[in-house]
This record gives sequence, structure tokens and C-alpha cells, in this order.
Amino acid sequence: MSSRATRRVFGAFMTGTTYGAAALAILPLAAILAMLLVKGAGSLDWNFFTKSAVPVGETGGGFAYAIVGTLIIVGIAAAIGVPIGVGAGIYLAEFGAGRLAWLVRFVADTLNGIPSIVIGIFAWTWIVRPTGKFTALAGSAALACILVPIVARTTEEMVRLVPNSLREAALALGYPRWRTSLTVVVRTAGTGIVTGCMVAVARIAGETAPLLFTALGNQFFSTNVLQPMAALPLQIYVYAQGPYDEWHRQAWAGALVLILMVLILGTLARLAARAHRARA
Amino acid sequence: MRTAPAPRRLARPPVTAARHPAPASAPGAAGPEPPRLAVENLTAWYGEMTGVRDVSLQFPANTVTALIGPSGCGKSTLLRCLNRMHELVPGARAEGRVLLDGHDIYERGVNPIAVRRSIGMVFQKPTPFPTMTIAQNVAAGLKVGPRLPKRRQLEIVEHALRRAALWDEVKDRLEHPATDLSGGQQQRLCVARTIAPEPEVILLDEPTASLDPSGTTRIEELVQDLKREFTVVIVTHNMQQAGRVSDVTAFFYLGELIEVGPTTQMFTAPTKPQTEAYVTGRFG
Repeated sequence: MSSRATRRVFGAFMTGTTYGAAALAILPLAAILAMLLVKGAGSLDWNFFTKSAVPVGETGGGFAYAIVGTLIIVGIAAAIGVPIGVGAGIYLAEFGAGRLAWLVRFVADTLNGIPSIVIGIFAWTWIVRPTGKFTALAGSAALACILVPIVARTTEEMVRLVPNSLREAALALGYPRWRTSLTVVVRTAGTGIVTGCMVAVARIAGETAPLLFTALGNQFFSTNVLQPMAALPLQIYVYAQGPYDEWHRQAWAGALVLILMVLILGTLARLAARAHRARA
Repeated sequence: MRTAPAPRRLARPPVTAARHPAPASAPGAAGPEPPRLAVENLTAWYGEMTGVRDVSLQFPANTVTALIGPSGCGKSTLLRCLNRMHELVPGARAEGRVLLDGHDIYERGVNPIAVRRSIGMVFQKPTPFPTMTIAQNVAAGLKVGPRLPKRRQLEIVEHALRRAALWDEVKDRLEHPATDLSGGQQQRLCVARTIAPEPEVILLDEPTASLDPSGTTRIEELVQDLKREFTVVIVTHNMQQAGRVSDVTAFFYLGELIEVGPTTQMFTAPTKPQTEAYVTGRFG
């Protein structure tokens, strides 16, 4: 075989391998989605989104309380965590050169690697036990602990991508340092930061373990953040373990809704990133 | 929009310590006009490394001074000392005096931010702010000055764009992103942004290094125009360019000022052998 033919065969083989790897990478997601659609789509109806749990044996119950609970808990977690994370990320990228920055970066990376159940225990020890009760707010705090390091590190990456020449251009116009950071650098990195935050929020929306020890779950519709509150992952966890077929069906449907919420957030993040690229 | 060119003094930033009028010369004294900008015994370091060594140089008003020399000769470092951008590099510092209208911009208590509003700078690569429109880019330097009414800002934007020879190309798309423009247009936009706040001096750091020949020609014509209103200092790698645009040329080598003189003389009859070797292309 001539060397050119060998090269061509080898090239085709390697190309094929990368296609194969790409296919394998999306296979789990495709399989999960297919399974959820098969098992859960049948139970998705209007009641599922508008009604709360009904006593066992009755039909027509829904997951409204869990969906609303997740929105509230995750919303508060984002409201706490995003400003802290974005602020820390800007600090790391724009001013973080010394030992403090090294420490912040190290802590953020460590926090990123801590299993979420440990965060749950931490929140239980420091919030639930001293206050004497499980609350949605404690759940939000636990989720915020997971959110902050992710947001901080992605924000730092995005801000670092802004070319130094833009900073210099602003400084040369007589912009003070802080104003350069806020109006030129952070605005330029803005879409990337928003994308990173959405990805991080999608990540915490599916967390179960931290909520087990904090928001606890609730069989009833509640919007009181100082009481236990239902959340989709918790309800899935409880219903999937329950003895009733109706519960199992609802758990599947809940899982489908949860993954759709995450997918929608992820898609919005992608669209935001694309809008950014189109403009840049 | 048709407005008469704005009178230039109106848009000035507030007077700061660095920009009081130069001391008046004795009545009737007919001495030579003092230079707008003067460097006295300036030495600049990057950490332990010396970038500029004991340079003294004067920049007369309404002239274009070109700084030339091989890479690493300190010409860009000197330029960045003139508006206190040098010290922004970690570990960088400078000693000596830089007098703007007779006042040392390195004096204790002088705010570097105020200095940079009086001494504008255009960089090697065009640096339009990507999140801003064309008009917002030109007005960017006005945002850190005194508050101006919207209408006044628009006048200044138009005037600056006209002076940067860009108005006719962008007047119908002032609200478009600045990144829509071509590289050469972006660089002229950066010139417009620099002159909008009415600085005294404009520093250009190899402004045509990333442009094609036609973009280069337009910037060179612009530089010639700018000297009617501003004092211009341009760093260039291109000796032909120095010959075309400048009135005075200063040659640097290994951080030292070797020779300075009228551009024609520097290129035809330099006094120092290094200068001659460089301008005739024997090294650098």
C-alpha cells in the first residue's frame, strides 16, 4: 500500500473514531430523555402543573407545589449566590494578584469539588440545627454555597477573556480603574457571565442532597420560605421510593419536567452566547 | 444633522493641577514659544530592567514628533510615560520629569487620571469598545468629564468624527455596533474617541501597524491634520511613515535618545553614525 493510501485510511479511521466518541457522548442524554418521555409524558397533564398532591387513591393530583417550591428555592439561591459569585469573579480577574486571590481561588475550586451532600450537612449544622427547624431558606443557602464557586470561576474566565487592550483604551481615556472594570470590561464579558450563571443555576436546580437536610420537603403547597418546602428533586426522591404506582408515574413526570427546565435554561444560555458571538 | 463645528474650548474637561496655563513670559519678551510637552531626565524601568535611560526631549506645540528605532529601543515605553500609562504595567516605574505646559505630571498629588484626559492615546490595534455603538464609542471619553447635555454630546461626536475623516462613512449608522466597522475605520473611530474630550496632546503608538495600505494612508493624512489643533507624538516602525508625517524625528537605541532633529535632516544628514545606519536600513 502506498503511503498516501495508508494516510487516507488512517485519516478516515481517526475521523470515524471522533464521530463515534461524539455519538457516545450524547447517547446518555438521548437515552435519559427517551426514557423519561416514554415513562413520564403520559402523566403530564394540566393537573400536573396546577394541582398539588392528593391523598393516595384519589386521582388528579399534581406537582404544582414541588414546581413552585423549586422555583422559589432556586430563585432565592440565585439571588444570594449570583451577586456574590459575579463579584468574586470580577475581583479574581481584575484585581486578584496577591495571596488573598490565591486563597479565594483555592477555596472556590475546593468548594466546587465537595460532594453536595456535604454541603447539605453543613447547612443543616449551621442553619437548621441552631434555628430548630427545616426551612426553604436553609435550602436556598445550601444551594447558594454550590452556586457561588461555579459562578465565581466562570465569571473570572469570562472577564479574563476581555483583551487587555480594551482596559488600556479605557484607562487612556481617563477612566478610573473601577469604572474601567465595570463599564468596559464587565460589560464586554456580560453575555458570557450571564451564560455562566444560567448554567450554574441549571446545575443547582437538580440538586437533591443539600435539600434533604434543609428544605426537607412538604406534602402541601407552601410559599412560606420559613417553613419546609417541596422541591422537584425531593418529590421525585420520595415518590420514586413510595409503594404506589400513581406515585411512580408522577415521579417520572416530575423528572421529565425537571430535566426540561434544565434544558430550557441551557438552551437560553446557548442562545445568549450565540447572540454575543453574532455581535462581536 | 448639520451643525457648525463646535468651538473646541467648550468640551474641555475641568482644569486640574496638571493643566494650569503655562507661566506667562515677561511682557514684550519675544523668546521662542515654550514646548507644550517636555521630558527631563526620564528613566523608566520594568522591574529591574531599564526601558528608557535618562531621556530629555521637547515636543513643541502643533508639531508631529516621530519616535523611531529598532524593537525594544524604548520608544513605546517613553510614549507610555507621557500619559502615565507606563506605571500600569505591574512592576513598572519611572523617574524624572514630564512637563505639560510647564507642570510636572509626575509631581506628587497629580492625578494620573486627569493627566490621561489631557493627553490622549491611540494604540497599535484598534480598540473600539465592543458593547458600545459608534456614537457611544466616540462619546466614551466625555462620560468621565463634566456632565454635558445630550445635544452637546451629539455635536461633539459629530465634530470629532468629522475631524477623524469618518463622519461621511458612519453618519447613517451611528447607532450600529462599532465592531461593524473595518479595521481602518475602527482606528479612525479610536482617533475620534481620543480627540472628542479635547486633549492637549495626542500620542499614537504605531497606529497603522495593523492596517492595510489604504487604511494607513488615511491615518497618515489624519495625523497631518491633527497637528493644527494638537501636539502629536507618534511611535512608528516605519521610517517612510516617519518621513511622511513628522516634523521632528527622535531616534532611540537601547533605551537612549541618540539623536533628535528636523525630520528632513534626520533622514538626509544625521550627525550620529547609529542614526545613519538605522535610517539607511543597515540594522534594526
